[in-house]
Amino acid sequence: MQKRLVLDQQQIGIILRRFCHQLIENHDNFENTVLLGLQPRGSILMDHLAPILEEISGVKVPFGYLDATFHRDDFRRRDFPLKANETKINFLVESKKVILVDDVLYKGRSVRAAMDAMIAFGRPQKVELMVLVDRKLTRDYPIMPDYYGIRVNTLDSQYVVVEWANQGQAENAVWITEKVKS
Amino acid sequence: MSQLSTRHLLGIKNLTPEDIHLILETAANFKEVINRPIKKVPSLRDITIANVFFENSTRTRLSFELAEKRLSADVINFSSSNSSVKKGESLVDTVNNILSMKVDMVVMRHSSPGAPHFLSRNVKANIVNAGDGTHEHPTQALLDSFSIQEKLGDLAGKKVAIIGDILHSRVALSNIFCLKKLGAEVMVCGPITLLPKHIESLGVKVELDVKKALQWCDVANVLRIQLERQQIKYFPSLREYSLYYGINKKLLEQLDKEIVIMHPGPINRGVELASDVADSEHSIILEQVQNGVAVRMAVLYLLAGSRN
Repeated sequence: MQKRLVLDQQQIGIILRRFCHQLIENHDNFENTVLLGLQPRGSILMDHLAPILEEISGVKVPFGYLDATFHRDDFRRRDFPLKANETKINFLVESKKVILVDDVLYKGRSVRAAMDAMIAFGRPQKVELMVLVDRKLTRDYPIMPDYYGIRVNTLDSQYVVVEWANQGQAENAVWITEKVKS
Repeated sequence: MSQLSTRHLLGIKNLTPEDIHLILETAANFKEVINRPIKKVPSLRDITIANVFFENSTRTRLSFELAEKRLSADVINFSSSNSSVKKGESLVDTVNNILSMKVDMVVMRHSSPGAPHFLSRNVKANIVNAGDGTHEHPTQALLDSFSIQEKLGDLAGKKVAIIGDILHSRVALSNIFCLKKLGAEVMVCGPITLLPKHIESLGVKVELDVKKALQWCDVANVLRIQLERQQIKYFPSLREYSLYYGINKKLLEQLDKEIVIMHPGPINRGVELASDVADSEHSIILEQVQNGVAVRMAVLYLLAGSRN
């Protein structure tokens, strides 16, 4: 199977620190800001980002995990339902600036579902989207990231795979692979 | 896997342990949903569900209806007392007439054991058994297991005593199947006349002395005396039943450990359960009711989501 490395461990580290500086630029002292990692994989990125953000900014920004399974638009259009993940949000997003964090932005449907799910926790003042990888020209919905690590050209026949060392992989990396034809 | 092995929920007997675990895990997700400021998700918004109740119900019908509404399904309710069933319409005809109005799922309670099984062979919709006579009440067993798991952790190795009218109880049978499949030890306890013959063939212990049963168990699931299903007298009087099998605070204080008290409702206060136990910190009866909505949401979601 063809496999192309897009980001290696060092590059991902640089991007995470860049994200933090961009957030500090836009959110100052994070007085009214919260972060939401989109389950399941955005939460892993969130877990990597949160300690670096605290280290650089000196602020413990509240964060949570948001699962949008019950808000997806492909329920009953798949052969079987997707398994839900835990939603863990210990605050309301009412009048807050919310930064949604996900690993890969592809069709935009997950982010749409996530925004739908998020509204159950209040009406945010502003919502921003942060993704590690932005797949160009593949969007089904008019959704664009406010912060992205890298923007890549991909085909529908390809996957973007994000690997994390703490999830059993050799090291942090982003790959583009071909889907196996059945 | 995130798919059930069946397209109907007819009883716990037909489910695999994996099915039960999947339902309980999904129910935990829905429990979080129903504690949000906005408790509704759009998953079932293109689904219509008929609640068909040929037998009285308060808790189960309300719980199903709330679960359906929290999932954004369209809901129609039917009860036999004010319907054409009184005019002699058959079960299949009644349900097929409802289904011709483009209904996708049927939640049914019926006084005849096996009625939902019969229906599942004769109509196209997904069928959920909300209690069939003295046979099964699967969602009650699932919510009971969910509640125990929430309170005590994994069910494997836990000791659960089911106390009371085992003979007429669909809750007892479904609970036995469910608890055994999850690895718990089960004991049934009650007057000998209210214990079915050969019940031990289901792999449960049998005990006639309620004190010994309480001393043995981690959880006591206390059942109601189902007078409406008893055509003959199984014990001399309710007062005598209460004296021998009623659970009160004094009895619990004699134990050398704390146990969890459950009841599927409705409680006959002062008969099987004294008020000082039903309202005590040992009791998780109201948690059971809340968990019922989450578990039923999980069942409906998983059944509606699979296309097999």
